[in-house]
Amino acid sequence: MKRFIVKRMLSIIPVLFIVSIVVFMLVHLVPGDPAASMLGDMASQEDIAALHARLGLDRPLPVQYGIWLKNVLTGYFGESVANHQPVTGMILSHLEPTIHLTLLALLIAVMVAIPLGMIGATNKGTAADHSVTVISLLGISLPGFLLGLFLILIFAVKLKLLPSSGYAGMNAGFAAHIKSILLPAIALGFMNAALMMRMTRASMLEVLNSDYIRMARAKGVSGFSVITRHAFKNTLVTVITVISQALIQSLSGAAVIESLFAIPGLGQLMVNSIGRRDYYVIQAIVLLIAVFNVVINMFADLLYGVVDPRVRVG
Amino acid sequence: MTKTIDSSFENVYADDRTEMKSEELKQLRKRLSKEQQEIKYRRFFGNKAAVFGLIIVCTVIFLALFAPVISPYDPLELDTVNRLKSMSTEHLFGTDTMGRDVFSRVMYGARISLTVGFTVGILSGFFGMGIGLYASANAYADNILMRICDGLKAIPSTLLAITLMAVLGADLKNVIIALTVVNIPNMARLARSRALVIREQTYIEALRCLGAGRLRIVWRHIAPNIISPIIVQVTFVFASSIITEAALSFLGAGVPVPLPSWGNILNEGKGVIYQAWWIVLFPGLFTALTVLGLNLLGDGIRDFIDPSSK
Repeated sequence: MKRFIVKRMLSIIPVLFIVSIVVFMLVHLVPGDPAASMLGDMASQEDIAALHARLGLDRPLPVQYGIWLKNVLTGYFGESVANHQPVTGMILSHLEPTIHLTLLALLIAVMVAIPLGMIGATNKGTAADHSVTVISLLGISLPGFLLGLFLILIFAVKLKLLPSSGYAGMNAGFAAHIKSILLPAIALGFMNAALMMRMTRASMLEVLNSDYIRMARAKGVSGFSVITRHAFKNTLVTVITVISQALIQSLSGAAVIESLFAIPGLGQLMVNSIGRRDYYVIQAIVLLIAVFNVVINMFADLLYGVVDPRVRVG
Repeated sequence: MTKTIDSSFENVYADDRTEMKSEELKQLRKRLSKEQQEIKYRRFFGNKAAVFGLIIVCTVIFLALFAPVISPYDPLELDTVNRLKSMSTEHLFGTDTMGRDVFSRVMYGARISLTVGFTVGILSGFFGMGIGLYASANAYADNILMRICDGLKAIPSTLLAITLMAVLGADLKNVIIALTVVNIPNMARLARSRALVIREQTYIEALRCLGAGRLRIVWRHIAPNIISPIIVQVTFVFASSIITEAALSFLGAGVPVPLPSWGNILNEGKGVIYQAWWIVLFPGLFTALTVLGLNLLGDGIRDFIDPSSK
């Protein structure tokens, strides 16, 4: 087990290296001079030249990459061109809403999808199973921001139950806080719930068809106990996969959902930075989420090893 | 191959069973192949969900093609007197903040959505297949190309699309470029993994022994065998590109504003959602239905090509 953990942890280093190159190159794809692009059409030649020199854009690319990587590793992501604040501080101040939103969305998705997926699998071919399949198909076809708009139409415009935009922090009280992120979390969680339902159902079906389950049933283990004590364990690998995927999907989907519901999180910061041509902010957020993605996948792999000893050998 | 078997087959019958003339045999074979075709059709058209998907997709294609005929108004025509008018016989889906006819805009929006989805699907399928095949045949390039794919795949697709749009600037052409780049890694991975399996099969070895060139093997003998999973994937990319295009335009980073893309209409409607809910509802429904149709169709094609996946 120890060898498995060390091996898997070391394997992310080359991936992180490649991710850093890809993210670094993204800003250099800007057509023309990034400095001119950041300052906009009104900037004078001197200003552009000054920014160009300050950002070190006149040096060779590998040297720029080296400097950038060194800065990033020490937690410095450059300065925002729009308001001259360090990017790190901007990101930290926008972190809380995104984390709360993502976690609530994940919680909703898990609580809805895993039981429903299991119900679908254990009642294969019945009306319950068909409705699970239909719900998951609808969820996959309904992008989060559309669902969000429909939810606003129903719960904010028609029923006037929940706010359509804005964010109340924890200090505004727990109820107000949850109220402000409930609709966005449902919008964000539904698509993931659909995917989770599909995969949980499929993997549960596979397990239920295996010999050891038939054996347990033959022994006289009750139906409920077969599912919770015998079958569920072997679907855990799938459940871990879908949860880790859902976490990444919610985090990236938050960009659109946060702008829709005017929640001051990372996603909104990123979208606002597009208009301001604040490339360093965008770069930093993309890098953070990509690194987070790689790390989450690693943890998921490690957890496979915990729940399923066969994985450790492979 | 089949030709030789068939002709020897014919000879056996011609020699031993004189009552069965080659003319009759031809007819029989024709009927058999026709029956096989029918079974194939039944397998696809017996799948109700897939047919439903096909109907939706065909309807949207029809609306997009004939948008100029169907739409009663110019989608860009301003009519400031009739701003935010609710649904009526003159304006089926009402009017928007500048008095433009929402129905006409949704019809023209279908053109943009389908153009983006289709182009991205085809381009990413083409380039993904090319890269995947090349990687499968060249170990050195494989290593580099697949590492780049890993790096791109580490960035969630929506985020990568937004970033590319931020860098390239809002434009229809750039939306297509960005979404193609986002979808190529998955496509290339798929093509590569299929190609690697087929490469190991005996008939490829036989071809190599016969002296077939590398390019010939890859292009004439491997490519046709990996195309069906690619086609299925193209349908799903088609659907997801429509979603992402709408999301990008909704964020103001997609198709530039005066053009009536579904995402743009939604974006404009969002601000007046309390006064004019119809501006958001109709393009939203159209987007969701089109994507649903494409997903059903994709599932149907997958089950048709590979019945074991069901």
